[in-house]
Amino acid sequence: MSYIQNTDADRKEMLAAIGVSSFDELLEPIPEELRMKGAFELETPLAEGGVAELFKDLAAKNRPASALATFLGGGIYDRFIPALVRYVTSRSEFYTSYTPYQAEVSQGTLQAIYEYQSLICRITGMDVANASMYDGATALAEAVLMASGIKGGGKVLVPRALSPRVRSVLDCYLAARAIALEEMPCTGQGTLDLDRIESALTEKTAAVILAQPNYFGLIEPSQELSELARRHGALLIACVDPISCALCAPPGEYGADIAVGEGQSLGIPQSYGGPLLGFMATKSAYVRRLPGRLISGTVDVDGARGYVMTLQTREQHIRREKATSNICTNEGLCALSAAVYLTSLGEQGVREVAEQSFAKSHTLYRLLTRTKGCRLPYGEQFFQEFVLELPMPARAFLKTAKANGILGGIPLGEQFPELGENALLVAVTEKRTKQEIERYRDIVAGKGGGR
Amino acid sequence: MSKTIFEKSRPGRRGYRIPENDCPVETIELAGMRRTPIGLPEMGEQDIVRHYIELAAKNYHVDKGIYPLGSCTMKYNPLVNEEVSRLEGFAGLHPAQDEEDVQGALELIYRLERALCEISGMAAFTLQPAAGAHGELTGIMLARAYFADRGERRKIVLIPDSAHGTNPASVTICGFTPKTIPSNERGLIDLAVLEKEVTAETAVLMLTLPNTLGLFERDIAEIVGIVHANGALVYMDGANMNALLGIVRPGDIGIDIMHLNLHKTFSTPHGGGGPGSGPVGVATHLAEFLPVPRVVEAGGTYALSCAARKSIGRVHPYLGNFNVFVKAYAYIRALGGEGLREVSENAILNANYLLARLKKTYDLKYPGPCMHEFVLSARNLKKFGIRATDVVKRLLDYGLHAPTVYFPLIVEEALMIEPVETESRETLDHFAEVLETIAEEAEKSPEKLHEAPMNTPVRRLDEAVAARCPDLCCSEEAG
Amino acid sequence: MNPEECKFTKEHEWVYIEDGDIAIIGISDYATGELGDIVYIELPDVGVKVTQMDPIGTIEAVKTVADLYSPVSGEVIEVNGKAVSSPEVVNKNPYDQGWFIKIRMDEPGELEVLFSYDEYRDFLGEQETGKEDESEDK
Repeated sequence: MSYIQNTDADRKEMLAAIGVSSFDELLEPIPEELRMKGAFELETPLAEGGVAELFKDLAAKNRPASALATFLGGGIYDRFIPALVRYVTSRSEFYTSYTPYQAEVSQGTLQAIYEYQSLICRITGMDVANASMYDGATALAEAVLMASGIKGGGKVLVPRALSPRVRSVLDCYLAARAIALEEMPCTGQGTLDLDRIESALTEKTAAVILAQPNYFGLIEPSQELSELARRHGALLIACVDPISCALCAPPGEYGADIAVGEGQSLGIPQSYGGPLLGFMATKSAYVRRLPGRLISGTVDVDGARGYVMTLQTREQHIRREKATSNICTNEGLCALSAAVYLTSLGEQGVREVAEQSFAKSHTLYRLLTRTKGCRLPYGEQFFQEFVLELPMPARAFLKTAKANGILGGIPLGEQFPELGENALLVAVTEKRTKQEIERYRDIVAGKGGGR
Repeated sequence: MSKTIFEKSRPGRRGYRIPENDCPVETIELAGMRRTPIGLPEMGEQDIVRHYIELAAKNYHVDKGIYPLGSCTMKYNPLVNEEVSRLEGFAGLHPAQDEEDVQGALELIYRLERALCEISGMAAFTLQPAAGAHGELTGIMLARAYFADRGERRKIVLIPDSAHGTNPASVTICGFTPKTIPSNERGLIDLAVLEKEVTAETAVLMLTLPNTLGLFERDIAEIVGIVHANGALVYMDGANMNALLGIVRPGDIGIDIMHLNLHKTFSTPHGGGGPGSGPVGVATHLAEFLPVPRVVEAGGTYALSCAARKSIGRVHPYLGNFNVFVKAYAYIRALGGEGLREVSENAILNANYLLARLKKTYDLKYPGPCMHEFVLSARNLKKFGIRATDVVKRLLDYGLHAPTVYFPLIVEEALMIEPVETESRETLDHFAEVLETIAEEAEKSPEKLHEAPMNTPVRRLDEAVAARCPDLCCSEEAG
Repeated sequence: MNPEECKFTKEHEWVYIEDGDIAIIGISDYATGELGDIVYIELPDVGVKVTQMDPIGTIEAVKTVADLYSPVSGEVIEVNGKAVSSPEVVNKNPYDQGWFIKIRMDEPGELEVLFSYDEYRDFLGEQETGKEDESEDK
């Protein structure tokens, strides 16, 4: 099935209008010997109905977490998404439009993204936010490059309790530059060892990274860390869960210089990990160092309010090799999803999502503390995720759990050998119900009983 | 002028509500709780719907009209692709799920990679990069790993002066040094200059094929020869792949690394600025450096493998923009090999059709035939005090979108036009007619162009004020 | 500053000599014309040492960025805060309120290689003609 509208008759007339007798004449600049010989070896084309069938079958080979009681987290979460989000992002005017370079005919996108920027500022407590990065991991990598550009210095302190996937992306980006990551260990309570950080801070330290909550779900001492960083002249980069900012002090309140994070929780389906949404915000003083697009309010020649892309001289299409980043296409429609989500839930709704995630995760936690064989090593200062040590290898438990319709969590032993193969990262969002939580406990109890 | 959500907010209004909490806990004090309101708006659902409908009405979009933007390939976004991508079997997958539960997803990734290999002639692909620029970055990282593995220290990347800005920017992010090489009088890479510039210090020559003028590098075989003879690599920016499907396969002509843009050539929607996807393809000698994990297949079962010891690691936390892959793969399966070839044939035909007509009205620096896009210059209107900006702003008054302006940098008052294969002939005729009318207006009533646009939701915006005193965040008081 | 009493560089900076070894630096009206509305200026701090024709700052317009080159070597002794806080003043009065920095020159002899006002105007004339030649169809 092709989407080409012109027919052979059209093409014949068009060739005549061009003044050539055959299409091949138009390929004259391409030397014959370079041209592809023969046809592509690809599957037979399908009509629209055939495509629909094929993909229905492919989708049916998957067992989506969203259809089960999922306790999978680690950066990507199963949350309620209002119908309104899909409604808005399915409008052609938004999803088939181009980047808003011609501002006069892109005011819809521009205002929506301006509102998104403002909403991110509200959530994070920062002064300015950009129009999005690819995801939380690359946003963190760009934040490190930005901090290094501002402060100079080749060293950045990174917590051990950071998502291993985020850490991999960081390592990859920074390998190309002369910036060294120094890993800061956790204390026995699973949070940052502030003494170790203090001794690691030197004038060569460009920045300290804070994960809030950290990968184990725990709330870090952000205020103390911020003061420590400031005393030693290092910048503070806070990598935060956006929903947690409704309950916990946001980066702006504890003096972070740059705030980044993964925005998938804000109205974006889990989508097997993509597309995602990297948000990035900073203090006004650093706005010209910020990568990514920025939308500003302004006026037109009649004095009417409008919106426009601004500070474009930071960006690749003007600054080229001296640009703050190479980013061009970002995650525009995902940013729109986030804006609609935050508007739709509003002040109270987002707070409720945070409170329920908090309440439900603590409910399961408490049930498990009373369940034989379970060990909860890190205490209750967590937001929506915690580390569970089972009385058997995590993978074995997960198999049983799945047979009972539960995705029990992410095994930690491989990436964090110090926790052992029985350790699991368990996330409980607002979407989980009391029955699902009790069923989880029952499955654990069933396995752990009789010891 | 539309009020913002903050201005429409009223205390106590509620929109979407999650179900009641069936697991209350008595208050637990978290260290460092938020003591301040967040400051999010409070609106009812109906007013929110109206707000976004109001905004939507102000947007131009592909479903409304032609977007002749050079190198953007704004083709039709098939509706069935949107539908299938929303199936819960795709949208509801968590990336940490067991392989046995995501066989459909892994199969899709595997088949898409193989299809892209067949289409491009490259040996292997990674789908991790989330956009073209991200792909460029990944490609340069691959080159870096390749040379490091061979114990060679090469720091220079050569880039033609017609290149897209992401090219030099990507190079710098990666710690390499970009060096611009001038185009010759035909707008192509100058072989003599290239001979001189490529040395043992050169890591990569980064080129776009066809180039940003819509011209095919006739001497590409010699170009590749010179680069390879010096032990360097050729990177191809595949943004213009819409011109080459079924006509030239980059892998067959010696390209070492390339990226594709799924949101251009492969019809996935532009979304007002993303999400996109920028898969990177490599020749055999670079495959071992590709990011992990890779999808492997054995006996009809798919799995993720992190076995590649020399991999550069990860450029994305998961496998890339999966939802975008679904749409691109649906497109490829709908078109098949023949359909893809027809895409490029029609794209080239459409471009030459417009070129033949418009070169009579506007300046053409580099004579045709072109491939899928061409660059005109509005400098012939300078004598009426008209610049390219004025021409494109006037186009907006006629309900059409402007082509790309002031790019590539090597053409004065550039208008870069790519009419894509899905546009019908009548649309092309209408577009040409309007551009001809505007050229006439430039001479007879230039004030119309200077005043333009007059029929759009807002008129020309003050970008100087936006740059001097940026208003990037709605202040708390305003809301 | 009277432009006719200034020296000029190929990169369109002007220099006005005040009290023997103090050079006042700015950019010409040709430069401001080409750039359009200037939105942001980055200048070196007081105390910074500069070398002739080194890039020492940037001038940003909406859609372009230009490097600022130092016409002379020496030490920066004063920076025009007005130009930094209100860049529009540079468009309005490039030779007057729109000055950028004052430098205490190391080597006043360096001025010899710069254009006089008339030489600069000739140079601009040549640039324009050159552009027209380039414009002709081949």
